[in-house]
Amino acid sequence: MSTPLHLAVALDGAGWHPAAWREPDARPADLLTPGYWVDLVQEAERGLLDLVTLEDALSLQSTDRDGPDDRTDQVRGRLDAVQVAARVAPLTANIGLVPTAVVTHTEPFHLSKAIATLDYVSTGRAGVRVKVSGSPAEAAHVGRREVLSLEDLFAEAADWVEVLRRLWDSWEDDAEIRDVATGRFVDREKLHYIDFEGRSLSVKGPSITPRPPQGQPIVAALAHQQAPFELVGSSADLGFVTPTDAADATRIVGAVRDAQAAAARAEETVHVFGDLVVFLDDDEATARARKDRLDERAGAEYTSDATVVVGTPAGLADQLAEWAQAGLTGFRLRPATLPHDLRQVTTGLVPELQRRGLFRTAYEATTLRGHLGLPRPANRYTTV
Amino acid sequence: MTKQVHLAAHFPGVNNTTVWSDPAAGSHIEFSSFVRFAQAAERGKFDFLFLAEGLRLREQNGAIYDLDVVGRPDTFTVLAALAAVTEHLGLAGTINSTFNEPYEVARQFASLDHLSGGRAAWNVVTSWDAFTGENFRRGGFLAQDQRYDRARTFLSTVQELLDSWRGDEIAADKDTGTFLADPAAGTFAHSDAHFDIAGRFDVPRSPQGRPVVFQAGDSEEGREFAASAADAIFSRHGTKEAGQAFYADVKGRLAEYGRTPADLLILPAATFVVGETDAEAVELAAEVRRQQVSGQTALRKLEEVWNRDLSGYDPDGPLPEVDPLVGEHTVAKGRASVRMNRDPIAVAKDWRERAEAEGLSIRELMIEISSHQDFIGSPTTIAEQMIDLVQAGASDGFILVPHITPGGLDPLVDAVVPVLQERGAYRTEYTGTTLRDNLGLPPLAGAR
Repeated sequence: MSTPLHLAVALDGAGWHPAAWREPDARPADLLTPGYWVDLVQEAERGLLDLVTLEDALSLQSTDRDGPDDRTDQVRGRLDAVQVAARVAPLTANIGLVPTAVVTHTEPFHLSKAIATLDYVSTGRAGVRVKVSGSPAEAAHVGRREVLSLEDLFAEAADWVEVLRRLWDSWEDDAEIRDVATGRFVDREKLHYIDFEGRSLSVKGPSITPRPPQGQPIVAALAHQQAPFELVGSSADLGFVTPTDAADATRIVGAVRDAQAAAARAEETVHVFGDLVVFLDDDEATARARKDRLDERAGAEYTSDATVVVGTPAGLADQLAEWAQAGLTGFRLRPATLPHDLRQVTTGLVPELQRRGLFRTAYEATTLRGHLGLPRPANRYTTV
Repeated sequence: MTKQVHLAAHFPGVNNTTVWSDPAAGSHIEFSSFVRFAQAAERGKFDFLFLAEGLRLREQNGAIYDLDVVGRPDTFTVLAALAAVTEHLGLAGTINSTFNEPYEVARQFASLDHLSGGRAAWNVVTSWDAFTGENFRRGGFLAQDQRYDRARTFLSTVQELLDSWRGDEIAADKDTGTFLADPAAGTFAHSDAHFDIAGRFDVPRSPQGRPVVFQAGDSEEGREFAASAADAIFSRHGTKEAGQAFYADVKGRLAEYGRTPADLLILPAATFVVGETDAEAVELAAEVRRQQVSGQTALRKLEEVWNRDLSGYDPDGPLPEVDPLVGEHTVAKGRASVRMNRDPIAVAKDWRERAEAEGLSIRELMIEISSHQDFIGSPTTIAEQMIDLVQAGASDGFILVPHITPGGLDPLVDAVVPVLQERGAYRTEYTGTTLRDNLGLPPLAGAR
């Protein structure tokens, strides 16, 4: 039997196609309600998926990378992804929850406790996808004028993740002692200053939040080129990449593994998931016709940074199996429309992969690290 | 109709009010504790649950303070999760205006309000020290006289962002293909001494429009800030008369801002000990005070005034003869209370005299001074006291601070609330859906 695959779904608005919100089953008036997100994540959980990611940004959606586009024909407006994940957490039991966080303009101290708390409210299912912002419009939202170069943005992101990880470890697991005899609630020898000093960040610590259930929640990043490959290699547990074909997947996985080795992490498990946009139906012609209809409504053919798959769940299963041979350990699927393409994944693709012995038939772990085959890590500050 | 009592619940905090050593004390960080606490508050038809915040672990004598509960969750994240397991309870948190950006805080409160169906509230505070700033890239120290200016500007900037959406922009018309009725929705531009920002805000208008705004603090600036901008003010007063004076003062400031007395609720924090009888409650209360102030805690509290290491003293012995160190506070860091001790030499003299006159040890004196409960008695006694204070214009209700996590609210909810209801002074069912409804505040008029 082949190595089982890991599967994630990327949730964003009404789906990734700009006209998705006009589909008959779309709920465009509900995008800001908790019930909408609960329904989607519960559906993903019925499909036994490893995790969902939730998109986010510090700006209104736009087709123009540099600023607002004044368009009125696409979904605009969103909710804070960490809070959406937290809102969904008590109403799900197994699936990993990985909200997006912009690192460029935010405080790692805040995000560290937010993700630790997401880990508490989900009892061990939290992660975070870190994202840099090179947009002048986002910088203006926080009153910044300079926009860093790509290399500097990712260097700062690496520092940022280092702060996050040190803060998560800044409490040893047994720091809370509740020793009535001495009157001490904590053993302060087990609380640690992190004393991080970087180019644009300095953080003292310790965190105000005790070490989360997973010890280290999952850190993920989307990576298209060398600088983010290095961020994944040096700092992440999970990279999302966008190969164009199996050969490209081989090249990209190689680049990530090289970056991992360069960061002296060759022995650690770093997952590399291929990102795909999916339009799925029971037969290919229907899927094709649906995409054509959506494109027509949007007024342009859909394009993406990720490969676009238009076809059947069985055809997609073939493609995933082939790409997995290139070293990808899993896939993050971006449903073109919601809930349609999500249901095609959970009720079409997943059973197909299960038949081939490529996907779990029940959750075997209770934490996100567990789903990804990662042990609970030792605390960097614990001395044995 | 009897003037209605408002009740809210403060999740037990990281100070010595919270008794972690009691066998009934549970986790302060596991989500199950928050669920149990919130559901008790909702069972009691409380207006809201409140979470405090402190962004650096406290230190004393150069080391992390270890005698009280240490550690708490992220406010927004735990409140968003609690929205999933409650239906009516308001979700209120302290969020600092120093180590955040208005854009981020605005989207977080708008998100919480959406995800809770209109139950978000914000206690606006401004940090005072570089000590906390060491945890943040924005770092920084703010002079005392700039604190309220910064807080006021931060709040109004957040509100400007929230008001950049009116509430009718999302058409989501599948047939015509118009999602957004207004192509400029969310447009904002704000420039002043603190913030220079512009662009498009990304969270459409939430059910309440803006979070309910709380303000804590007794100072002149705090009162004025509350009168101008807050929906509720936290305060704490030792006596009914002091409460009445505060109430009259703050409510009297509202007219200047075109507001009426009903627009600002006065909700002092209050601790309580419920017994079967008054006598039992008194006995229980004394025991709780001893739990709250151990010998070690008494010495540490004394250090906050003395501003020097007193670990060599016997808590069961007399007060130190040595005087407090005057000047910059170096002993206790990360505590609001430290700023209050304006004349430590005089305080020390007072305390020594009292201890001598009453024959009190350090611990006994600190129990007397630092630990008391506002409501002690049988359910009927407490309910009558609450009704009396509200009728007498000393407050509009109370933010109850239990000393046990997570079950400390239960005696009040299960025994005192029914008496309040019998007397017609407290709701028997929630009548609205938003926190503004719970507080009896009218919905906000359309913005812009």
